[in-house]
Amino acid sequence: MTSIILHGRTVVPGVIEGEALVSHEPISGWGGIDPARGVIIEPRHELAGVCFTGKVLVFPRAKGSSGWSGFFQTTRLSGTAPIGMVIGRISTKSALGAVVTRVPAVTDLDQDPCAVIATGDWVRIDNGRVLCWPGGRPSGMGGSRPPSPLAAEPPKGRKP
Amino acid sequence: MRDGAEGAAVAAAMDLLIRYGQALDAERLCDIRNVAGTMTQPSPVKARLVREGGWDKAFAVINLDSDEDLEIPAMRVPTCQLQHGFGADAVGVVPYPKQNIELQASAESFYGRHGVNILATCTPYQVGNLPIRGEHCAWMESSAVIYANSVLGARTNCEGVASTGAASLTGKIPCWGNHLDENRYGTHLVDVQVRVESFQDWGMLGYFAGGVAGEDRPVIVGDISRPDLTELKHFGAAAATSGGVELYHIPGITPEAPTLKAAFEGAAWAPAPVVYGPAERRGVYETLNEIGSSTDVDFVLLGCPHASVDQIRRTAGLLDGKRLSASTQLWLMAPRALKDVADRSGYTAVIERAGGRVLADSCPAMSRAAPAGTKVFATDSAKQAHYLPAILGIEAWFGTLEECIGAAVTGRWNGGLN
Repeated sequence: MTSIILHGRTVVPGVIEGEALVSHEPISGWGGIDPARGVIIEPRHELAGVCFTGKVLVFPRAKGSSGWSGFFQTTRLSGTAPIGMVIGRISTKSALGAVVTRVPAVTDLDQDPCAVIATGDWVRIDNGRVLCWPGGRPSGMGGSRPPSPLAAEPPKGRKP
Repeated sequence: MRDGAEGAAVAAAMDLLIRYGQALDAERLCDIRNVAGTMTQPSPVKARLVREGGWDKAFAVINLDSDEDLEIPAMRVPTCQLQHGFGADAVGVVPYPKQNIELQASAESFYGRHGVNILATCTPYQVGNLPIRGEHCAWMESSAVIYANSVLGARTNCEGVASTGAASLTGKIPCWGNHLDENRYGTHLVDVQVRVESFQDWGMLGYFAGGVAGEDRPVIVGDISRPDLTELKHFGAAAATSGGVELYHIPGITPEAPTLKAAFEGAAWAPAPVVYGPAERRGVYETLNEIGSSTDVDFVLLGCPHASVDQIRRTAGLLDGKRLSASTQLWLMAPRALKDVADRSGYTAVIERAGGRVLADSCPAMSRAAPAGTKVFATDSAKQAHYLPAILGIEAWFGTLEECIGAAVTGRWNGGLN
């Protein structure tokens, strides 16, 4: 099983796993997402029109208005929230946003998560660690606990 | 406070601040007595919460991130409401739901009783909340945060709805980021090599600086005029929009940077300058205008961030004796307190005689409201040109005040970069 481990710092404690949605560009809250639909709406954004509901949102940083956290809190209250956040660089917007979205979140990772993780990869946030299975959910996992990549061989073609 | 000795709401506020402080890896909380947040702004979620449990419930869920049934006490420290929805005086002008106006009126009544000053503007520093240098604050509103840090030398991070709510009941906020000396020095150097002196140019330079610095701290040097309040208001709002700038320095102008050396003091390295020249200026202009294609302008929006009295006066001067095109509307957004000054000075009457309106409390972006049928709008604000196309699905033109007034009078966009 090919997998990658990133080590970082817990923002919001917890364990969650699911499909990654990776943004290479910063994300705006107010004016950047529609919380009623869980969709990125900034017209110049690489993910314009893409829904993040139920995904592990991987992004370099928050940008824009101080409404960021309030908009992500509204996704929780509307049932459109992401299930986890992997944040390249923390700020007050994304820290408070993760807290009030109440999803496991992690930052200060030892590798750039936006370069290492790709949209569609299967990821688990486990407090201060991120485990990633490139290419999607590993076969045989079937909703049970995936095999630990700690025991796996170092992945080829990517930094361990 | 977290133990409940000062009530369940204060305990919930402290719990949120501790979770938030841990998320930031902050070492401690600091004392503040100046909060600018938002509680009264209508939203569908808020309307539901108020139906379920009144404003106490809405504040608990949204402003304290608590699921408990809490009775909200009076604000512990001075707290003001930033911009929010439109009020009753906008009826007949702004297509804005009556139930929002009623919800907000009820919110103002509740929060007024709890000691919230309803300034109702994104520029509290213009109308009664002017922090002093070094004052620790808990402010929201990115354009106000950057102004407070950079122009006033106050200390605030870009807070959010829940952190300002919790701060208002505790007088505390995580001591992190901009509150600490070591995080207030410049990180990027922008060397201006094309003359910047107009309101439009200050906005474009801000948009460029935000792109260069991201969430860090640009220092601006070079061929710039001495800016006034309106120009730095525009510059900061733009820098906070394109990047996430919360603090900048202009040596010799802003208070924490008497010299270039002072702006970078404490940094272990001197950044290479990023040039803002004619090509960069044109690039920003084209980015801000790339959403415009039709030149039939049906809406002109001024006053983002909320206008100064001087901006209202200049708008009145340009509209004096003119008449707006039958197909175009013009709204100028201002703090209510300054609209009163404009009314008294006769500026509002001049603008209204031409067919324009001076509106308070809100803006089209906050309230998702523009004149019915708007497809193309023009503005002198880099921030609105950036945001409003996404929020309302309309085209945008960005230009000077004179170009915007020209568009309002002729119904046609005829702007261009000099």
